[in-house]
Amino acid sequence: MGLLDRIAPRRSESDVYPGSSVAVDDAVFATKALRKFLTCLTSRESPVLLDLGPVVGTNVSFFGEQLGCKIFVEDVFADLNRHVREGRLEALPEFLRKRFPQPGGSVDGILCWDLIDYLNRPAAQELANELSRVLRPDGALLGFFGTAQPRDMHYTKFVIVDDVNLKHRPYPAAQGRQAILLNRDIIKLFPSLRVSDSFLLQNNLREILFRKPA
Amino acid sequence: MWKRDEAVRPVSGQPTAPPPSAPIQAGTPGSRSETSQHMEKDIVNIGKSVVIKGELNGSEDLTIEGHVEGTIQLKEHVLTIGPNGRIKAQVFAKAVIVLGEVMGNVTASDKVDIRDNGSVDGDIVAPRVAIAEGAHFRGSVDMQRKGIAPQPQAAKPVQAPAPAVAPQPQAQQAPVQAPGAPQRVGA
Repeated sequence: MGLLDRIAPRRSESDVYPGSSVAVDDAVFATKALRKFLTCLTSRESPVLLDLGPVVGTNVSFFGEQLGCKIFVEDVFADLNRHVREGRLEALPEFLRKRFPQPGGSVDGILCWDLIDYLNRPAAQELANELSRVLRPDGALLGFFGTAQPRDMHYTKFVIVDDVNLKHRPYPAAQGRQAILLNRDIIKLFPSLRVSDSFLLQNNLREILFRKPA
Repeated sequence: MWKRDEAVRPVSGQPTAPPPSAPIQAGTPGSRSETSQHMEKDIVNIGKSVVIKGELNGSEDLTIEGHVEGTIQLKEHVLTIGPNGRIKAQVFAKAVIVLGEVMGNVTASDKVDIRDNGSVDGDIVAPRVAIAEGAHFRGSVDMQRKGIAPQPQAAKPVQAPAPAVAPQPQAQQAPVQAPGAPQRVGA
């Protein structure tokens, strides 16, 4: 058993997915960065939010009803799954380059969850470029990044409980995490953004809040 | 615009067959007398085999199990897209319940409800939106809070002499937190 396993024992695939069905146990974790992200959003009237994960009804209600956001749901995990299934991963960077129809500087906030861990380097860079493009000056991007060894073949849906708590809900993935990025690697992905806050949570998840300089 | 053939029939004319999509009834299935009273309200089905291309207007609740391409307008009523329904249309209704597939923008004055296995590819505009866990959605959601509160104009009767000192813009209502919170930088 490695040191990481001792520090942060993670469930194996068989624990999480008996057969192919996902066991949903919705662990709740505290989040440090979400509240700061919300503060950035609420400083605008009718903020525009880009959510890169699969659609989660409670999140839509939270941002739409409570914060009055206009929400764009762009499930890049689904795009990744499709490319893996079709054996066209090499086409993913080009796909991501044309993926987002939003005009440049039109989005106030981006929820990037832990998506980038699952992309290879060229795809991650194209995605980061696009996110930096659509984010307006002074906008915020909240990214989640893993710190443990890539092993489990699952993505995570992040369900907002409130502004300081998230539920993690795993679901099957076509491919696992590609790499564990160091902080400097993450920062290099977003050269036009600056890190505003960075937190390492007890569950070994890193939350990084980027801001685009005004 | 669309013909009411054997596949298009009032639900009240179906005594025994269970409705294809349960959620359309507002009442609980408990007492039958109450239910039959509720059934007085017209609810119409468009069956699986029906294909409609063009503009669909109505002034009663409607359940679609077939295919519709074009525009659907039920401004004061509930539109239910059944599990077999396939819609490629702009949709306008009071409430829209999706159990099948919709490709196109959906606008509702009350609520959009995407149920398990329901799918929407398009933009949603509605004050309330519910999306179930197993639903698919791609597009944008706009809950248009600004559209819900057109009351300030009604609140400007000519009586008050307007001292011109107290401008109280509504937009200042509730910033959740002060934006100048201390920020910790560190990566």
